[in-house]
Amino acid sequence: MQIGTAKHSYQADEALLTTRPQRVWMALFAASLCIAPFVLDNYWLYLACLVAINVASATGLNILTGYTGLVSLGQAAFMAVGAYTVGWMQLNLGTPFLLNLVAGGIIAAAVGIVVGIPSLRVKGLYLAIATIAASFILHFIFVNWQSVTNGNSGLTLTPASFFGTPLTEYQQLYFVFVPITALMVLGAANLFRTRVGRAFIAIRDRDISAEVLGISLLRYKLMSFAISSFYAGVAGGMWAYFFRVVTPESFPFVYSIFFLAAIIVGGMGTILGGILGAVFMTLVPELLRFGIDWLTPVLPNAAAMLSPVRTIVFGLLIVGFLIFEPKGLAEIVQRSRRYFHLWPFKK
Amino acid sequence: MTAPGETGAAHLEVEGLSLSFGGLKALRGVSFSVEPGSITALIGPNGAGKTSMFNCISGFYKPQQGSVRFDGRDVTRMHPPERAALGFARTFQNIALFRGMTVLDNIKLGRHAHMKTGLLQALAYWGPAQREEMELRAEIERRIIDFLEIDHIRNMPVASLSYGLQKRVELARALAMRPRILLLDEPVAGMNREETEDMARFILDVKEEWGTTILMVEHDMGMVMDISDHVVVLNFGEVIARGLPHEVQADPHVTEAYLGSGDPAALMARLKGEAGPADGGSAAANRKTREDVA
Amino acid sequence: MSDLLFFFEVTLAGLGSGALLSLTALAFVLIYKATRVINLAVGELLMLGGYLFFAFAAGLGLPAWAAIPLAIAGGGLVGAVVERGLIRPMLGESPIAVFMVTIGLGSILVGLVELVWGTDPRALPAFMGNAPIFIGEAYVSRKIAIAFAVAAVVIAVFLVLFRYWRGGVALRATATDQAAAYSCGINVPGVFSLAWVIGCGTAAGAGVLLGSIGGISPSMGVFGLSALVVVIVGGLDSVAGALVGGLVIGLIEAWAGTYLGGEYKLVTTFGLLLVALMIRPYGLFGTTEIERL
Ligand SMILES: Nc1ncnc2c1ncn2[C@@H]1O[C@H](COP(=O)(O)OP(=O)(O)OP(=O)(O)O)[C@@H](O)[C@H]1O
Ligand SMILES: [Mg+2]
Repeated sequence: MQIGTAKHSYQADEALLTTRPQRVWMALFAASLCIAPFVLDNYWLYLACLVAINVASATGLNILTGYTGLVSLGQAAFMAVGAYTVGWMQLNLGTPFLLNLVAGGIIAAAVGIVVGIPSLRVKGLYLAIATIAASFILHFIFVNWQSVTNGNSGLTLTPASFFGTPLTEYQQLYFVFVPITALMVLGAANLFRTRVGRAFIAIRDRDISAEVLGISLLRYKLMSFAISSFYAGVAGGMWAYFFRVVTPESFPFVYSIFFLAAIIVGGMGTILGGILGAVFMTLVPELLRFGIDWLTPVLPNAAAMLSPVRTIVFGLLIVGFLIFEPKGLAEIVQRSRRYFHLWPFKK
Repeated sequence: MTAPGETGAAHLEVEGLSLSFGGLKALRGVSFSVEPGSITALIGPNGAGKTSMFNCISGFYKPQQGSVRFDGRDVTRMHPPERAALGFARTFQNIALFRGMTVLDNIKLGRHAHMKTGLLQALAYWGPAQREEMELRAEIERRIIDFLEIDHIRNMPVASLSYGLQKRVELARALAMRPRILLLDEPVAGMNREETEDMARFILDVKEEWGTTILMVEHDMGMVMDISDHVVVLNFGEVIARGLPHEVQADPHVTEAYLGSGDPAALMARLKGEAGPADGGSAAANRKTREDVA
Repeated sequence: MSDLLFFFEVTLAGLGSGALLSLTALAFVLIYKATRVINLAVGELLMLGGYLFFAFAAGLGLPAWAAIPLAIAGGGLVGAVVERGLIRPMLGESPIAVFMVTIGLGSILVGLVELVWGTDPRALPAFMGNAPIFIGEAYVSRKIAIAFAVAAVVIAVFLVLFRYWRGGVALRATATDQAAAYSCGINVPGVFSLAWVIGCGTAAGAGVLLGSIGGISPSMGVFGLSALVVVIVGGLDSVAGALVGGLVIGLIEAWAGTYLGGEYKLVTTFGLLLVALMIRPYGLFGTTEIERL
């Protein structure tokens, strides 16, 4: 049971982690992230890297959709922009990989601003559909802009290198991706302690009154698109260094749906939600694979069922969370926090 | 350009303002002036065009004709956020708090136009960004939260507050906007007697301590007669009377407008207002807004 | 062959696929008008209709005249179940959330179809014949001509029902003002169910037509995206918009596909969508929504 959360300064009151248990949990979590690469096997490290990439991109989408209320089904396309930028720079300029990642984010942000322009005219579902349109147009460009994207055969990258060491092992990539993602998540959390984040939330809750209260919709809607696609671009860049081949089919439309599903399942408009959702949605298909492997002795054609079952479960998770737990996993965490807060005095 | 941080009461002038929605003429050549440091009440029957007037002043509607001047400067073509930066602050008839934020964040949001933190500083929450936030927090605590007596709710989500408290938080947010003219759209609609008296006291205090010009739409005649320095009466988008509260009250056009509106509740409110100014006869407004809330 | 004749043939083919787009768009509009839900699973219901027909005609060996109504009824049944089970619990939630539910539903339907029938494309049993039809000198594929005729008849029937049938009137009333319709004694939940049943049945029927022209596969639901463009361009709540929009998009896709190349089809459609949204955010015929402070 916890008592006495009175703060002595505004600074303490406005910190990211305000209670002792929160800080303890965070320290434990950070410690386990540091130990993980030494205890996990290659397969789990592969998954951890994938999770890091997806968390970065989902957090970006959460800023746009969860916090600013602008629904986008184009996150995968923005990732693709980042991935192609990184690939092109590596093949044509040979610039260092951190620079490439940042450039990938910036180019994706620029594209995001253009794609966000309709948000000044249309809202809600109409905007979602405009982003669908934009992502198909981008796909067309990836296929047809031969000189840059190499068409359907795509770009093949050499491993990223860090002070001369090529990063080929998942363990090495883990040490790059996880800190980058952690920084991006921290940035997102910081955003909502300032006027920028407040402006986003105000636009989500009621854009027309936000405007009268001094928030330029033009500026902040486009800014939200820019940040969100910057995150996607960096994530896409990491993706490119992870799989080392980028084709137009690397970032299909369902991948965009995946990110929207991730923030729904995790909890829209909370930083924790973006993280939980991305982790959960990345790991569930793997768990299904274990389930199917386990069934194979009993059901001979179980392996063929894996892909359809994944598709079905993906749909069921979206529908199920929306109907039964619309605030997502983050809300479940909050509930259990409140429960332990009062423990052992149950309500 | 007004120097940033310029304070003090502003002079607002509206001249020949006309606004129509398709065939409906909401405002027809409305002119009036709000003297610096005064409380001016804009009254009139339902649908007279009062909220439309507010929306033109804050820039949400673009009038077809006429102009709005702020300390002599024509702001008619200015976008709402620029006006907010000049010192136009307002509350809304149908409460427009941001439901996903706490009381404190709603109030902080009001300061947006006067803050400087840019995107990169925000991501890093470093140096100036942090300092600006801390200063804002301290100032809000000192000047607004204490003043409006809302310290006990500062960390609550706004959606969980009572109607009267929500209206108070709206006023708090408007005060955080560094108002030079404060536009209050029905600040006591739907409130009980006690809440109304509190609100009237706050409004008078704002005028006195903050030296802000106030323009207020209100159906509660008791309150209008009590606290306003000047009254402008709108009917069907036209000014039909203006003057000191008691002059307007005695004006036969005004009586006719309320009677002619066929709204018995408005008549009751007016009669009550005549009987005893302190007795907040806001029956009409109460009925309307209570329904909205329910 | 003269260029003009070729252009004419391409145009006819475009009108044919345009009619199918109109029909599918009608499924969107019906559901949106009554329940304000954009059902992104319309494309997947269309696919399901194709597979149901396949199951009844090829699997059970039923004749086409029996298999088609069964496929449509199957689509309608799914619509009813979905409306009761998934959409009604979401009443009052944000439109985005409901939209996402239909995306999830689409995913479930694709998975189920893949589970039952596998992922390979299949051809539907022929029931329309193959002899080409000539209009003057211009050649039209028989299947496309039949699809056009069927779509035209179905749409005409819909228009008549909308105007004169009790259910149609109830639907229009509900679309205009739900609360008022309620207080006039209209069974609003009934209208919701009805709209979903008819909308999903229509989509399934369109799937049979589309499948008999180009075969069926679990990914044929993307046709729904083109139809979505149609309704956005035409206006989500406008039947006339769906009709005109369908034909226009059908024509443009046919022209773009022929003269620019097949890969330009979808990109032209979506480019058009963006332009349309910027110029008229609520569609050519749609109702503008006003927001007040
Ligand atoms: N965006 C709009 N589109 C169409 N008509 C509008 C719009 N805004 C206001 N009106 C109309 O303009 C007229 C004036 O409305 P307004 O809201 O200004 O009245 P009001 O004086 O504030 O009334 P109340 O006391 O009921 O708040 C009304 O007839 C209203 O229906
Ligand atoms: Mg009003």
